[in-house]
Amino acid sequence: MIASGKVFKYGDNIDTDVIIPARYLNTANPKELAKYCMEDIDKSFVDKVREGDVIVAGKNFGCGSSREHAPIAIKASGISCVIASSYARIFYRNSFNIGLPIMESEEASEKIELNDDVSINFETGEIHNLTKNELYQAQPFPEFIQKIIEAGGLVGYVREELE
Amino acid sequence: MGMTMTQKILAAHCGQETVKAGEFVEIDLDMVLGNDITTPVAIREFDKMGAKKVFDKEKIAIVLDHFSPNKDIKSAEQAKECRIFSNEYKIKHFYDVGQMGIEHALLPEKGIVVAGDTVIGADSHTCTYGALGAFSTGVGSTDMAAGMARGKVWIKIPSAIQVRLTGKPSSYVSGKDVILHLIGTIGVDGALYKSLEFTGEGVSALTMDDRFTIVNMVIEAGAKNGVFPVDNKTISYMTGRAEREWKIYEADRDAEYDETIEINLSELKLTVAFPHLPENIRIIDNVGDISIDQVVIGSCTNGRIDDMRVAAEILKGKKVHKSVRAIIIPATQEIYLQCIREGLTEIFIEAGAIVSTPTCGPCLGGYMGILAAGERVVSTTNRNFVGRMGHTASEIYLASPAIAAASAITGKISNPLIKEKQIDDSQR
Repeated sequence: MIASGKVFKYGDNIDTDVIIPARYLNTANPKELAKYCMEDIDKSFVDKVREGDVIVAGKNFGCGSSREHAPIAIKASGISCVIASSYARIFYRNSFNIGLPIMESEEASEKIELNDDVSINFETGEIHNLTKNELYQAQPFPEFIQKIIEAGGLVGYVREELE
Repeated sequence: MGMTMTQKILAAHCGQETVKAGEFVEIDLDMVLGNDITTPVAIREFDKMGAKKVFDKEKIAIVLDHFSPNKDIKSAEQAKECRIFSNEYKIKHFYDVGQMGIEHALLPEKGIVVAGDTVIGADSHTCTYGALGAFSTGVGSTDMAAGMARGKVWIKIPSAIQVRLTGKPSSYVSGKDVILHLIGTIGVDGALYKSLEFTGEGVSALTMDDRFTIVNMVIEAGAKNGVFPVDNKTISYMTGRAEREWKIYEADRDAEYDETIEINLSELKLTVAFPHLPENIRIIDNVGDISIDQVVIGSCTNGRIDDMRVAAEILKGKKVHKSVRAIIIPATQEIYLQCIREGLTEIFIEAGAIVSTPTCGPCLGGYMGILAAGERVVSTTNRNFVGRMGHTASEIYLASPAIAAASAITGKISNPLIKEKQIDDSQR
């Protein structure tokens, strides 16, 4: 599977409180949550984001609260993939569990800039920067996580087991 | 090569003799936890998984604490979903208004989690129970759903950083200062994916409430879990509360740690974390002149009886500064009642503070003390991210209940040790 889109670029330690502030956690509706995605760090995000766009950030992306509402809001806003140099562990789990594609690459995180066009191959982990004509390689996923991805997230994985 | 305390607990829960850092395993769970924000999402995923029953109705806890008593219609609907689910599946540990408290203060208090347990919770501060010598970690709602259905969770075995404690803390220095100092030392991702294992003779100098505060905030350094060894204080805390038998695990003598950090508690100073990350610490002497608008004393980090007692000791016979709103939130009904019985509530109210029913409310910017643009709070909570407690242009200073109480009196961030003159001046 290949995703491609324009880049929204953020820094280090993007926490789940800015991804989706707690004042909106009185609902779990993905479309509703998407309306406020990134509001506390980038008010223009929801107006500018288009289906397929990509978030690129620095280290420790998704730190803080365990709210699954964070990857849900990002996914529902149309973002096709998040690329960061590292992830907070709960956000990392949550993303695989709900089926938000994420990639880990220090080089991509450093070199990709705001508004660059990128295309990502989920099978090979290759990230192609179309604007700069550069190629970066993301970290491969551990085999166990690959199984969850193949089952379409943890829901699919558990459903197969329960059947 | 020996195993860490965390690895020993995990090995025993996945039916293996040994485990190695980096290995993926599925562990059996002793408790699965959710709250009024994360459980509704979990219920939906639980249904999508096709689950027809929960793995064990006695090993699930659902606590309505974040927006409870409900702050608006939408949060009331979410609480209702939790109530219906809990009734339908006969969840034994369902806590609604009247019985509920802040989840991570409530579960240890009720003896629902004990030493040696494995616990996951759809709340990042689930790591708190490491203070009892359990493995516990925060997960998302889908993991909670899978945990409720199967009684298992997938885990990557963590490596560990050893935090060796020596000495005894001086006056007013508490668990909050220990953990802020540690986060300041290693950074907000300094323990990413790892365990923080606290060891050393200094452990015995810390109260159980200090230990809960410390392990509660290991997530603020990115850790998967934190853990204290089980000693006499742990056993005396669990005695009379524990619902189940506990099991004591110890790290092997030749356990391998990624690194060892030494903290001499005797040298530790009162510490404040400045906006907007918990790693931005300064010792109280270097804080400077910072006026404040609000003080919050409470939360899963610092809403326990030790915290209430130290706040009352400092506020006794004094008045909260006229430009400060002081909000005090005992974390559970039992702590609330204890405050009343010990006369602490009277001290708080006479000082001009308010005392709220248990709730997570202000800590995550939910309700019960939201900040306007430009306002500053000294808060005993755990996160000072942009907009966490209100407007994105507000500022959160994280500190202990002692600093928070002294600051409530003076109207600026203050050292409780040199409070006398400042406080007397502010009372004029």
